[in-house]
Amino acid sequence: MTEAAPLEAAGALTALAEPPLLEVEGLGKSFGPVTACAEVSFSLWPGEVLGVVGESGSGKTTLLNCLAGRLLPDSGAVRYRLADGRMADIFALSEAERRLLARTEWGFVHQNPRDGLRLGVTAGGNIGERLMLVGARHYGHIRAAARDWLDKVEIDAGRLDDPPAQFSGGMQQRLQIARNLVSRPRLVLMDEPTGSLDVSVQARLLDLLRGLVGGLGLSAVIVTHDLSVARLLAHRLIVMRRGRVVEAGLTDQVLDDPQHPYTQLLAASVLQA
Amino acid sequence: MSAAQYNFAYLDEQTKRMIRRALLKAVAIPGYQVPFGSREMPLPYGWGTGGIQVTASIIGREDVLKVIDQGADDTTNAISIRRFFARTAGVRTTERTAEATIVQTRHRVPETPLRADQIIVYQVPIPEPLRWLEPREAETRKMHGLAEYGAMHVRLYEDITRYGRVVTAYDYPVRVNGRYLMRPSPIPKFDNPKLDRNPALQLFGAGREKRIYAVPPWTRVESLDFEDHPFHVESWEERCALCGSDTSFLDEVVTDDEGGRMFVCSDTDYCGARRAGSSP
Repeated sequence: MTEAAPLEAAGALTALAEPPLLEVEGLGKSFGPVTACAEVSFSLWPGEVLGVVGESGSGKTTLLNCLAGRLLPDSGAVRYRLADGRMADIFALSEAERRLLARTEWGFVHQNPRDGLRLGVTAGGNIGERLMLVGARHYGHIRAAARDWLDKVEIDAGRLDDPPAQFSGGMQQRLQIARNLVSRPRLVLMDEPTGSLDVSVQARLLDLLRGLVGGLGLSAVIVTHDLSVARLLAHRLIVMRRGRVVEAGLTDQVLDDPQHPYTQLLAASVLQA
Repeated sequence: MSAAQYNFAYLDEQTKRMIRRALLKAVAIPGYQVPFGSREMPLPYGWGTGGIQVTASIIGREDVLKVIDQGADDTTNAISIRRFFARTAGVRTTERTAEATIVQTRHRVPETPLRADQIIVYQVPIPEPLRWLEPREAETRKMHGLAEYGAMHVRLYEDITRYGRVVTAYDYPVRVNGRYLMRPSPIPKFDNPKLDRNPALQLFGAGREKRIYAVPPWTRVESLDFEDHPFHVESWEERCALCGSDTSFLDEVVTDDEGGRMFVCSDTDYCGARRAGSSP
């Protein structure tokens, strides 16, 4: 696994000259006495994939939900660079603006595709929904875009009119990705995208994600507890434990030369094939 | 109990005032669903408790009331409501659309064009157009507030995908004044174009769901569609077997056990007037 090539990092390096797409500063969120996130800070540059790793309960998903504007943090700020170049605190935006961003510029891939799909609606309808949300009103065009995206995520075009309830888990996950990417978002948040899939399906999905992220120049934050997923997809990693970031750095650096005792434990816990 | 013991038009004045306030707000924001304190009425939910409360709040001694059910003046529901107001308000009732000042309707708009001095009151079973897409009321209100109506087109998309056309034949969703998405109540989509820029005031009452909404006179009402699948209304190969009309909404009536059937106008007043030789 250590031999696996990381994603082309050149894009991330040249991007350093640009301002970041997303800036998180001192983010904190508690649920009563339980601290889910505390003082989380990081920046994400255009074209970069950031991995968030840590054991379950370390606050990864809470962090992601705060980034997506689905949860209101107790402290700190999340700033996003709008298409016009302005940095905007996403919690200072009106709800209307935030929801518009969420369905145009952002994507959110759930761990369980059933949370991110309309199971009773055909695959084409699922993919077309975001287009219709932003005003697409031509049936033929919507359908062509849906077919195109099914092809991109390697689902047979003949399944266009089937409901995802009849799809396998891996296909549902790929459909969920197509549904998110059809509106060409600039930022995609993924919560354990390969979490519930068996390894061969995982491998194909990871391949697909690498291709899409590289090809579209997406920025992404991927939450995972699977270090090999992180190594394959992420340019940089942050390691979370008990709601705090204990280590951050380039993926290979963090995984091959971990500094924090917890990261060392995490890296050492991976079974060597 | 004699009718004299009821307040004029059954409802107490305080309630009427409350409903009128809701109506004013509804007219001011076309297509927006205004909550109101719906009262128990002496008829079951689903039989027009919303419409009857709206009618009771706007009716005056000089008004002439017409009530139709699926276009017909002579059905149980229509007759009961007409009698109800004849007893509790002592108003004159009619079956002629042209003579009425208030038309309360269940599931049809009369064929005879309405005038600016008329009010039409629709009985609405379920006011929320997004209900089957989003079960949470808090969320649907937010969707209305932010005009997030894309999901409604997903439903139309699904219809076209499965059946080759939009099969929604009644309660076909409309956009009012370019803003609010609205259920026109379960009228056939044949009647949708009549809502658009109608000179009459159109009021909608949902008793069980406690909502009132309105389309003011001359307001733009557009039926949702796709550019390459434009909205169209149903048409018939037949003419009305009684009056010969080829432009009205027809009901198919089975006449015997041997497959005999006939098509007749659903609007009984329109059909009757044509047969009597006068213009409806």
